[in-house]
Amino acid sequence: MSIWEYANPKKFLATSEKVMPALWVLSIALTVGGLIWGFFLTPDDYRQGSTVKIIFIHVPAALMAINAWFMMLVASLIWVIRRHHVSALAAKAAAPIGVVMTLIALITGALWGQPMWGTWWAWDPRLTSFLVLFLFYLGYIALWEAIEDPDTAADLTAILCLVGSVFAVLSRYAVLFWNQGLHQGASVMRAGAVAGDTEERVSNVFATPLFVCMGGFALLFLVLVLYRTGTEIRARRIKALLARERLEAEA
Amino acid sequence: MIALLLRDLNLAMRAGGGFGLGLSFFLIVTVMVPFAVGPETELLSRIAPGVLWIGALLACLLSLDRILALDWEDGSLDLLATAPLPLEAIVTIKSLAHWITTGLPLVLIAPVLGVLLHLPANAYLWIFVSLLLGTPALSVIGTFGAALTVGLKRGGLLLSLLVLPLYVPTLIFGAEMARRGASGLSTETPMLLLAGISAASVALLPFVSAAVLRINLR
Amino acid sequence: MTLTVSDLSVARGGLPVLEGLSFDLPPGVAVILRGPNGIGKTTLLRTIAGLQPPLKGTVTGAEDQVAYAAHADGIKLTLTVAENLAFWTRVFDHTGIDDAIESFNLTALRDRPAGALSAGQKRRLGLARMLVTGRPIWILDEPTVSLDSDHVRQFSDVVRRHLEGGGSALIATHIDLGLEGTVLNVGPFKAAPPPIDDFDGGFL
Repeated sequence: MSIWEYANPKKFLATSEKVMPALWVLSIALTVGGLIWGFFLTPDDYRQGSTVKIIFIHVPAALMAINAWFMMLVASLIWVIRRHHVSALAAKAAAPIGVVMTLIALITGALWGQPMWGTWWAWDPRLTSFLVLFLFYLGYIALWEAIEDPDTAADLTAILCLVGSVFAVLSRYAVLFWNQGLHQGASVMRAGAVAGDTEERVSNVFATPLFVCMGGFALLFLVLVLYRTGTEIRARRIKALLARERLEAEA
Repeated sequence: MIALLLRDLNLAMRAGGGFGLGLSFFLIVTVMVPFAVGPETELLSRIAPGVLWIGALLACLLSLDRILALDWEDGSLDLLATAPLPLEAIVTIKSLAHWITTGLPLVLIAPVLGVLLHLPANAYLWIFVSLLLGTPALSVIGTFGAALTVGLKRGGLLLSLLVLPLYVPTLIFGAEMARRGASGLSTETPMLLLAGISAASVALLPFVSAAVLRINLR
Repeated sequence: MTLTVSDLSVARGGLPVLEGLSFDLPPGVAVILRGPNGIGKTTLLRTIAGLQPPLKGTVTGAEDQVAYAAHADGIKLTLTVAENLAFWTRVFDHTGIDDAIESFNLTALRDRPAGALSAGQKRRLGLARMLVTGRPIWILDEPTVSLDSDHVRQFSDVVRRHLEGGGSALIATHIDLGLEGTVLNVGPFKAAPPPIDDFDGGFL
């Protein structure tokens, strides 16, 4: 038994179809539960009022926006090295989800920033980096769409993803260098750990439902990727069958 | 290799070669900016380094799809790929030819256009140096984008979409260096980072571009 | 230098088109490829020229030995005939374009920009390129397209001279070139569609 067995499209489809119903239920339950908990069962922040509650969408979406790219990077590497088609298709399937997550993070960020900082948009390093990430996603998706031959498309987008990742990291540092911003540091990870003392920390009342939401978003991402990869596999299969039919008609 | 470089330069100089196109574009952008933002000397002089950088970057972008597409269309690229030159050398030469015909003229003309934008006196040197350090990276990254889109009809717009995000670090460090120079601050850090990006791109990206081209040729 | 093709399968756009091809191309011999349109002759030639990887099988003796002429001639229209040839001479590290120019009757057109040439004249220039490469193995894809009958004969003479000089040629063509060579009909090597339930790997 090797993990690469799941790189076989048939095996992948069979397995993912088995686990997907449970994943759907769990991810929706966690997301909805976490959001209800966060929106209605937590107190308003003494400084930010109820606006703070946008955190329950904003932070998980931002988290998944980055993790989706990371997943695409890993999947691209697997395709380049081991040439499993499922891996390339999974990367393709993840990109539109990633771009939606990025967009959600940007929009909720703007909605949150307006009452807090008094502006919809600021050229803050974190915001700018997300905007750049958004552009990277657009380029990646556009390249997939533009190339007809599926293997060529897989190869070229994988290389773009690898090179893009290097430049995305560079951009991140460049942007930090260019402007130190308004956005607070990532305070979530320190939050659950110790009962802290700084004001900027996310307090425990918010932390637990936030973690539930993050778990829900992560599972939602997972199940969506599985679902979309399955669709891509079937689309690819149909293409192959049609091509095969043309071959037979010629013969 | 020299033969290829000379041919590309020769082609760029002749009719329809597109030499000077980038330069004219750069000139037009620079002239349009004061029309858009108003003629106040102080404002123009403040934004001049940034305008010159973005103008140079766009002018560079404009000519990227000529790097490989012309040779792809007439079949030269296939023939070159079966010639004794390694593909890595071919893309390097192509980048170099693009830099000589587009990047270098932009570097040389930028200080002149700076006059139109009331570039502060101490910034002339810095805009020149920052563009000199940054434009090679623009050409090499652009060649990578051109290699990605070479087989596509109407790949020009896609090329811009792919390449612009990759230009972000170069633009930030390059323009930052020019801006700091203009306001008399230390330019050492952005200069080193810009030089680092250029050096690393020139050293590594041709291998990636060659791999991409190999995939596109098959 | 003998070019050896053994058990070669080639694919176009991810679909296998020809399979199980084996043949030798020793010095002094021409192999003429025949077969209907779309069977994969161009794909085969591109694979042998090293432009695309084979699906299966091997090609040996081709590296740095082949000169490839495709449907497109790779001519720069703003350069003159002589400049075009001189460029390829330098790329292949060879010398002299005069022989190539005379062989294809291009002397009068020598200093004319390639953009002012007719289709047949351009083709002759494209074929003249083969002579300036100095490579022993010629791979020619439909070399006689848009040539008139006199120039087809002239082309055959050039190939014959190349073979006598110890070179070899692999030519895909639909017409009779009057060359004494082995004829290889690729029709029987058409790839069979893969089994329908093979759902692994390439989805084919």
